[in-house]
Amino acid sequence: MTVNLTIDNQPVTVPKGTTILNAARSIGIKIPTLCHMEGVVSPGSCRVCLVEVEGARTLLPSCIAQVAEGMIVHVNSKTARTARRTSVELILANHPLDCNNCSRNNNCELQTIASDMGITASRFPRLVQEHPLDLSTSGLTRDMSKCILCRRCVTACQNIQQVGVLAAQKRGFATIIGGGAKANLAETTCVQCGQCAAVCPVGAITEKDAIADVWAALDDPKKHVVVHTAPAIRAALGECFGMPAGSRVTGKMVTALRRLGFDKVFDTNFTADLTIMEEGFELIKRLTDAVRDKKAVALPQFTSCCPGWINFAETFYPKSLPYLSSCKSPMQMESALIKTWYAQKAGIDPKDIVVVSVMPCTAKKHEANRPEMVDSGFKDTDYVLTTRELGKMITAAGIDFVNLSDGRADELAGESTGAADIFANTGGVMEAALRTAYEVITGRELPFPSLHVASIQGLDGIKEASFKLEGCKPEFSFLEGVTVKVLVAHGLGNAHKVCKKLEAGELAEFHFVEIMTCPGGCIGGGGQPRLTDDNVRRARIAAIYSEDESRALRKSHENPEIKQIYAEFLGEPLGHKSHHLLHTTYTPRQ
Amino acid sequence: MSEKEHTCGCDNALYQELNAFIASVPRTRDSLIPVLHKAQALFGYLPVDLQEYIAKALDVPASEVYGVVTFYTYFTMQPRGRHTINVCLGTACYVRGAKQVVEAFSELLGIKIGETTPDRRFTLTAQRCFGACGLAPAVMINQDVHGRVNPKKVAELLEQYK
Repeated sequence: MTVNLTIDNQPVTVPKGTTILNAARSIGIKIPTLCHMEGVVSPGSCRVCLVEVEGARTLLPSCIAQVAEGMIVHVNSKTARTARRTSVELILANHPLDCNNCSRNNNCELQTIASDMGITASRFPRLVQEHPLDLSTSGLTRDMSKCILCRRCVTACQNIQQVGVLAAQKRGFATIIGGGAKANLAETTCVQCGQCAAVCPVGAITEKDAIADVWAALDDPKKHVVVHTAPAIRAALGECFGMPAGSRVTGKMVTALRRLGFDKVFDTNFTADLTIMEEGFELIKRLTDAVRDKKAVALPQFTSCCPGWINFAETFYPKSLPYLSSCKSPMQMESALIKTWYAQKAGIDPKDIVVVSVMPCTAKKHEANRPEMVDSGFKDTDYVLTTRELGKMITAAGIDFVNLSDGRADELAGESTGAADIFANTGGVMEAALRTAYEVITGRELPFPSLHVASIQGLDGIKEASFKLEGCKPEFSFLEGVTVKVLVAHGLGNAHKVCKKLEAGELAEFHFVEIMTCPGGCIGGGGQPRLTDDNVRRARIAAIYSEDESRALRKSHENPEIKQIYAEFLGEPLGHKSHHLLHTTYTPRQ
Repeated sequence: MSEKEHTCGCDNALYQELNAFIASVPRTRDSLIPVLHKAQALFGYLPVDLQEYIAKALDVPASEVYGVVTFYTYFTMQPRGRHTINVCLGTACYVRGAKQVVEAFSELLGIKIGETTPDRRFTLTAQRCFGACGLAPAVMINQDVHGRVNPKKVAELLEQYK
């Protein structure tokens, strides 16, 4: 069913149910908006997208109002233009306008819209509410003085992630977005996923800035500063420099990090491969215990790479904790190995090493500060930068990122396979684990085209795959004929559903479950360049899979540095040293 | 409210009545406002731990419950005293010194308008006009109307309400 209407005298035909906003966009008319998120129900709160519709009693918010047959819409009439401008002027009257000192300067939706409208002076008396900064968590900074009450963060927190921390409190001019009676985020059930920060149009919610600390380390001649970058960074960092979503910038990223002055550029991908070894063997051990030895063992095993998921499980589903793999995240494995294995091989005192990780994530900042994460004898990860923060550092250093030549990560903890790349998106950790586990058990390659498990790819919220184990190696003969069932979920709203099923005993037939906190996985993380919608997610995922497919080695156990570290340092998967450096424990919260 | 009441409440008659009410409504966010009305009728006010109890019972985020409680002026998070002092601040009372009367109550009780004394003896409120202009300045304590109140009479008035 299509609908015909006229927008600014231009005829347009769009499917029934299209909003006026999207109908206008389809013919090149850009209506500004501050609260709308593509693909999500708009709260219609900002009133910045008002349009005039002939015959309508009032101006209509075009992000909500749907097209109708014969509708005559005026976007550019004096009435509509003035109304939109007034909405923005009223928001500005209650906004600090301290743009030069704001982390969102030149990357702020309010600033851009005000500039596009040609607003150069405040017409209304200014009345700015002062609120104390919330610095209570490791991952996020909230400055409610800058909040424009658009409620995107509420949508992300309540509707998408269903963590239920942020909501509008009080009313009228006193309205504030907050965690209820709890003044600080740290007192709430916030898991620090940062999806609120990822959608905030202004500087009200941002990651807690580690840029100054990292510069200080780089400037200190006594410090040996080592950096490693998560799989998802290479598919998104280019966006900080105007490159289209889905640009693969792995080589440029490495070159930029060297130019920033890091002494070694390693790759978290190396320990993504290592995670597959440890987590894969942990799964095989659980299966052996359950199937061969008939022991009571927690199955399905859940992935544990994602710090937001860990916080979520500890807070909302403490009964799920025995099901979680004991593996640390790749970030924490990499950092612990840098301060032990690398330090030893390079002959550097680990106290002089500063480890910086670049993550698509705000919860990683929290993870780095967890009291357990000191197994090297020091704080394993000193500082975590988000993708956005790294982008700012590169800009500040005057590096022309787009035109950089490609570099290669340093040896020892920098080599990786395609299996590590795909940790960046939903379904990837599972696929990487299956590529190795299947081969360990059967001696043959995972029998799917291009090694992809198609049914767990893509943006569906909860996905499943199953296949029968046949022709197992003699030592795994007890698994012969077993149908392996795996489940993949992303977005905490979906994690709620999976955990409720686990608690109800409805996952008994599954063996392995992957959970990623952010919609789309890490490529849609809370620390990624703004603004991430499904089109951006798909573009980044496509980049990650093409990165994977471009590799000579695509299975974690084939990584030569992985073979080297087991031969030289760790011994075997799940061995004594692995247990100490690569595995962890969880604590129920609240 | 004690920790025990917060987590269970089954040993407390008020909680039992609240639980019975919650059991009679659908366990959805649509039931939030009726449940808050009931809870305030039972407890007199909606302290944070009672809000959290309701949030859990209805599977609604505590932040949303708090949002609703702070949105509607009908809901209060202040406990009420045994006696409510209501000072009229209508025009007639005001010109005859009601402001000084409120200040006298406030100073003597150590609380502001809308607050309750720590011993829960008095809650101090104010209203625009109760239609008793002939008695200005007028004060109601519970259902009793007191006329021609002046700051000097305040202490004596309070003595009548233990």
